[in-house]
Amino acid sequence: MNTHTLETAAHPERLRRVVIEPLSRVEGHGKVTLLMDEDDHVQQARLHIVEFRAFEKFIQGRPYWEVPVMVQRLCGICPVSHHLAACKALDQVVGATELTPTAEKIRRLMHYGQILQSHALHFFHLSSPDLLFGFDSDVARRNIVGVAAEYPDIAMQGVLLRKYGQEVIRHTAGKRIHGTGSVPGGVNKSLTAEERAALLTEIYQIIAWSRDAVRMVKRLFEQSLESYRSFATFPAHTLSLVRADGALDLYHGGLRARAADGRTIFDHVDYDRYWEQISEDVKAWSYMKFPFFRALGPDDGWYRVGPLTRVTCCDFIPTPLADRERREFLAFDAGRAALATLGFHWARMIEMLHAAEAIKDLLHDDDLLGSDLMAGGKREARGVGVIEAPRGTLIHHYRVDENDQVVRANLIVSTTHNNQAMNLAIREVARQYLDGRKLTEGLLNHIEVAVRAFDPCLSCATHAMGKMPLSVQLLDAEGAQVDQLVRG
Amino acid sequence: MSGTPAPVLVLAVGNPSRGDDALGPALAERLEAAALPGVEVITDFQLQVEHALDLVGRELVIFVDAGVGTAAPFEWRPITPAPDFLHTSHALSPEAVLATYVRVRNEQPPACRALCVRGETFELGGSLSAAAGEYLEAAWRALEHACRSH
Repeated sequence: MNTHTLETAAHPERLRRVVIEPLSRVEGHGKVTLLMDEDDHVQQARLHIVEFRAFEKFIQGRPYWEVPVMVQRLCGICPVSHHLAACKALDQVVGATELTPTAEKIRRLMHYGQILQSHALHFFHLSSPDLLFGFDSDVARRNIVGVAAEYPDIAMQGVLLRKYGQEVIRHTAGKRIHGTGSVPGGVNKSLTAEERAALLTEIYQIIAWSRDAVRMVKRLFEQSLESYRSFATFPAHTLSLVRADGALDLYHGGLRARAADGRTIFDHVDYDRYWEQISEDVKAWSYMKFPFFRALGPDDGWYRVGPLTRVTCCDFIPTPLADRERREFLAFDAGRAALATLGFHWARMIEMLHAAEAIKDLLHDDDLLGSDLMAGGKREARGVGVIEAPRGTLIHHYRVDENDQVVRANLIVSTTHNNQAMNLAIREVARQYLDGRKLTEGLLNHIEVAVRAFDPCLSCATHAMGKMPLSVQLLDAEGAQVDQLVRG
Repeated sequence: MSGTPAPVLVLAVGNPSRGDDALGPALAERLEAAALPGVEVITDFQLQVEHALDLVGRELVIFVDAGVGTAAPFEWRPITPAPDFLHTSHALSPEAVLATYVRVRNEQPPACRALCVRGETFELGGSLSAAAGEYLEAAWRALEHACRSH
């Protein structure tokens, strides 16, 4: 069975349907449907994500200066990424083609704080239970409390890394949430000497823990090399920002696209005209669009974004410890870990280490204490901001009228970029692990492990008590329930 | 954290731009404006592992959130540590925050309960529903009383 053929079954009416809805530990509304024949062979596997196309409507009609605050409410997981991407787009609208050194460094500090806390959350809370205990271990144990029971130091480090990242955000954005620190044209506050001193006291411990986390992932790879190497793995084109000299840069750069065979599709492209390189395909069965490189077309031009792409496609990482770990990662297992879907976890921890080192370097820069906060220039009618958010490339694009109102908004989030790649990942899991077998919770968790590697954030900040029960339903072709698994 | 924490912590969660998910932040805003002595208010989009550390040194913690299927206008729920991680995704339940506290602190958490206010709609860009507006008033009286009487 070819993974690519599992997108659409030939005779779905004869098949029974398995629905995993929503995916546990994946934000928002995610659902996986599997169509199985009577011999338990998987004939179709699809990841459905209810994308909030209301994003654009939520923003349109608002004064542009409100947007950097409002967009934080799109996502309770990575609000800082939306905050900064919006500001980068609106910098262009207010004519701030170059920020003051203080403004750019404060924003970078905020961004690296966000990367640190988000990657720590993903690894320690969402993924380490699967990796430490096994994909089909007892579901009651497979969570952060289970990790804390057996690996208390690791669990504590995860909590404190999160806390430190939040403190960086609080000092730079003004508040823990709903921050207003970044504004079109610059920032509205710099650091005080006391704030810098407070952050400096802990940063060396944070770097040490981040380095330990990289090594822990490496050990996990070494222990389960055969399965990690192949789990949900497939070749993919890639997209990321890189600095002008090819370095990893999560805040700013040009667009680099590489083909699965390593050749360059485009490089150092100004993201201001991203749509000349990227388009979005629509499929009848999915609410979410499927981005692709125009040069390759919708069938072959899909690509992957995020930590694995960034770490493997940059030429180097501009902080020494992370760069050393990157080189080790690229060389490990003759380069195969860097191609593996579970390599996302290793790359994510390398980025967390880079973020910690970048925070340390920034905290030693006196520009953070400066008072020259704002830049401006000739007003423009539109702006594009691109940032490498924790989960991947994030594009904000606005058009603003003469009354300062946003009249058009387009957002492409990392989960959308990775739509096809995540679908291929679950099809690969279906082929490798589920085909021909009776489904169990442990087997179905393999699907979730594959999706979680990408860390999709479905931008649903709603989490009211009782809002997200997880059920796995086995239905027949007519939709009648045959069996059900309920978690929690 | 520095200094002695306020004995009462109100930890309100919700997104102000998602309809009735704004109930938690709205109650937090009122409580902050009331500036009750000995009461600290923290608002966030959702509960996370690091919130376990916000509980340290408290006498009473009140979680405030909108609830789906909650009896109108609100319910008080006792909260005890439980590894209840499975019905949410990136976010934690109050019980899971307490379980995290127990594991990372190796001690029992302070007294905790949850004020769960019934929500009806949770759409992005939506405002508070009329029904939730009424629930909010009732819940505010209960929350204020709970904080003042501690």
